[in-house]
This record gives sequence, C-alpha cells and structure tokens, in this order.
Amino acid sequence: MKTSYDIIVVGAGPAGSMAARFAAEKDVSVLMLEKDRDVGYPVRCGEAISKAGVEEFIPSDEKWIAAKISKFSFNAPDGTEVILDFGEAGYVLERRIFDYELARTAADAGVEIVTRAYVNGLLFENGKVCGVKYEHQGEQKELKAKVVVAADGVESRVGRWAGLKTHIDFRDMESAVQITAANIPVDQNALYFFFGKDVAPNGYFWIFPKGNNKANIGLGVSGIIGKKKSAQSYLNDFMNKHYPNAPVLTTIAGGVPCAVTLGKISAPGILLVGDAAKQVNPLSGGGIASGMIGGKIAGTIAAEAVKMNKLDHILKYDKTWADRLGKRHETFDRIKNGIYNFSDEKFNNIAHAVNKIPYEKRTLGKVFKTALFNQPSLLIDVAKVFII
Amino acid sequence: MIEILPDKCDFCGCCVGICPEDAIEMKEAEIFIIDQRCTNCAKCVWSCPIEVIKFNKDGVPVK
Ligand SMILES: Cc1cc2nc3c(=O)[nH]c(=O)nc-3n(C[C@H](O)[C@H](O)[C@H](O)COP(=O)(O)OP(=O)(O)OC[C@H]3O[C@@H](n4cnc5c(N)ncnc54)[C@H](O)[C@@H]3O)c2cc1C
Repeated sequence: MKTSYDIIVVGAGPAGSMAARFAAEKDVSVLMLEKDRDVGYPVRCGEAISKAGVEEFIPSDEKWIAAKISKFSFNAPDGTEVILDFGEAGYVLERRIFDYELARTAADAGVEIVTRAYVNGLLFENGKVCGVKYEHQGEQKELKAKVVVAADGVESRVGRWAGLKTHIDFRDMESAVQITAANIPVDQNALYFFFGKDVAPNGYFWIFPKGNNKANIGLGVSGIIGKKKSAQSYLNDFMNKHYPNAPVLTTIAGGVPCAVTLGKISAPGILLVGDAAKQVNPLSGGGIASGMIGGKIAGTIAAEAVKMNKLDHILKYDKTWADRLGKRHETFDRIKNGIYNFSDEKFNNIAHAVNKIPYEKRTLGKVFKTALFNQPSLLIDVAKVFII
Repeated sequence: MIEILPDKCDFCGCCVGICPEDAIEMKEAEIFIIDQRCTNCAKCVWSCPIEVIKFNKDGVPVK
C-alpha cells in the first residue's frame, strides 16, 4: 500500500467500482475502501437492470445473469394484468457475483482494494478535502488523496463531512424490504409490478424472477406511509395472501432514495457518486446503471484533473452528470409524483384502457399516453423523456 | 429518546441516509445513535422498513 493516492474511492458498490476503474484506466493511482468484509454482499437490491445499462460497462455473462427479461407485467389493484413485450430488454442479476466482477474490472485496471476498511472522517487542507480517516483491523489510520470519491451508498455520510447536503427528505426515501423466495411459479422472463393502496401505496410492489422459480419479492414505502404501516408489514400481508408457504431464502431491508440528484455533488477535493449523490432513477428506483454512469463520469473527470494538475477541473462533474442523466431524472421525478398519487380506480381504468390496445401494438409510449390521458402536463414530460 | 434495537437491525442504512443531524453511526454490523446530536425528530423511526427504531416519550414507546 502507498502512503498517498491520487484518488481514494469510498465504497465498493457499482458506482464506486466504476469510478475507480475509469480513473485507473487513465494511469493515476487509485485505492478503493469498503467497510464490509465482502465486496457485493449483502445484496440489498431487486437486481433488475436493462441490457444496455449493463453493456455500457461489461459484456453480458451468464455467470451473473439470474433471469433474462423480455416482458413487463403491470397489475392494477382490481387484478387486471397488462403485459408489455420488450424483446431482449434486460436481466435480473446475481448481484453478489456482478458487483464482484465490477470490482475485478477495477482491479484489472490497477485499482487497489481493501475490505473491512471503515471510513469515519475526512482530512482537510485549506478547506479542501485531501484524504480520509479510516478504521482497519482495529487501528485508526489516515491516507492522503488528491480527490476523494464518495460512493458510500444510501447511508452516504462522507459527503456531509465535506459540507455537502446529502441527507434526503424522509418522504423521498423508499424504505424497502425484500425476500428471495423459492417456489414462486411466475413467468421467469417477466418483471411483475403491482400497484394500489393495499399493496404498495405511492410506489409499487415487485416480483422479479431469479430462475428456477426463485424470485425477489418486495416493496418500498415512503416515510409518510411508514409512519402508519411499515414496508415489512405490507410484505407480510402480500405473502400471506399469495404465497403463504413459500420458502424464504433471503430477507433484507434497504433504502432507495427516490428523488432528483443532490443540488451539489462536488466540492473542492471530493465527488459524490451513485446513491450517495442520489443518482437513482426516481421513477423506477433503479440505481445500478445510473450509479455506474455517475461513477464513470466522476472517475474520468477526477483522473483528468490529477493529470492536468488542475484540481478545480473536478467541479465540472455536476454539469456533465446533469447533461447525461440528471436533467432527465428531474422529468422522471415529476412523472413519479403524478403516477404514484393515482387512485386505485384510476389505475384500474388505465389497465382496462391499455388492454384494449392490441398486444402487438402496445409500446411503452402508447401505455403512457393512455395512462396520462387526463394529465396533459405530465404527457409533455413523458414526451420529453422519449425525445431527449 | 430514540432507541435502535441492534439485535433486530439489518444495517441497511435508511435511517442514516435520512437523519438530518448525522446522528447515527453505522458500521458493518454495529449501529448507535450519537445522543449529543439527536434532536428526537423521529424521522428515522418512520423510515425504518422493519420497525427496529422506537421513539420513547418519557419511557413510553410511541410507535
Ligand atoms: C430493496 C431494493 C431494491 C432495489 N432494486 C433495484 C433494482 O431492481 N434495480 C436497480 O437498478 N436498482 C435497485 N435498487 C437500487 C440499487 O441497489 C442502488 O441504487 C445501487 O446499489 C447503488 O449503488 P452504489 O454503488 O451507489 O451503492 P451501494 O451498492 O450501496 O454501495 C455502497 C458501498 O459503500 C460501502 N460503504 C458505506 N459507507 C462506507 C464507509 N463509511 N466506509 C467504507 N465503505 C462504506 C457500503 O458497504 C457499500 O458496499 C434497489 C435498492 C433496494 C434497497
């Protein structure tokens, strides 16, 4: 290990690994610190991702694909099912292996990785971040860096220590629980979404297949709902009703920050990526692909800054992110606020209307148009998403 | 007083992510409230997906 690094990345999730890898590919020294004993475990994720989202970073590989997705099934409160066919759209991952592989690609590029290294503070010089304090094997240590990349996930404290506002409003945090269960006989190529105030108020309930009739089953609820009824209790109700005897292989809790990106994701000496920057798609709650994109941009810019010996260059990150995805997420957030406030009756009506469109002619665009028939302002937002 | 029941905690970080005061410390399998910073706002209680954070008012659990 060196005594100082060009770049130190905190957290070895998808965002951290990609920040580390894209920086190291530009021949700067990179260290990635992870607090847990394993990279990629525990998995707190539904594991669904689009094929394009993966392949920007790593070629598809059977060893981390649990299921191949070609259909979406939307289920209205009254039980009406709407099926959409997408062709080869995406995957349900085996993230335990996937995250490991991402970290390996970083290691291949020259990144040093240390697990069980808990970052608990930052070093400053003239008001700029210049390194990290961390605990490793019972010892408190310090390491200098020209740029720190905070990829510390939903709990994201590192950015705060640099003076950035990283905590999220409790209403925008989707507090989630998920089980991986066996003997769930659903279509292994379809992602299932369930809507309605009884199953998942202001959000959705999901069943994502993992092959051989295993599935990730879960939901998230906002703090507003959680005040009255927890995510756990909604999950228990659903399982008791639909799969009372399903063997449960894994149970996890987790948080999905469903909001727009933080107002500021860079400060002198530090960049925030992934969940720590709130780069999750606020409409779907998907944060693997967008976190990797944020990581790639941040890692690249940080390495450029080191190479040019012009550390202020990192402050360009905010705009580059906004242009690539940040602005689009603002639109998604408005759509989210529209859709997730629909009444059960409205969801039912939409499902009935969409089912009148012949199956082969159902596109996501048409579904949205039908769904938002009475909401012209949202329709403009949707149009923007498809055009941009 | 806010109380986290560490035996039941899954260390998912929801509460840490919403805490406006940076008053929750969480390691791999360790969690506690930094009492001097906690303002008893209870947002962590509402955000916990598995109900392991309790809000006690004068010793009486509220949630
Ligand atoms: C229940 C649930 C379901 C989800 N389903 C999906 C889905 O289907 N599809 C999708 O795309 N997204 C989904 N998401 C979101 C997705 O999991 C996250 O957006 C994604 O993992 C973010 O990646 P990241 O690298 O930013 O953070 P993480 O993957 O959370 O990685 C952060 C890492 O930082 C480490 N760390 C934290 N603090 C420190 C510290 N102080 N020192 C050192 N290391 C630290 C953590 O241990 C962790 O390994 C889901 C989330 C949840 C909770």
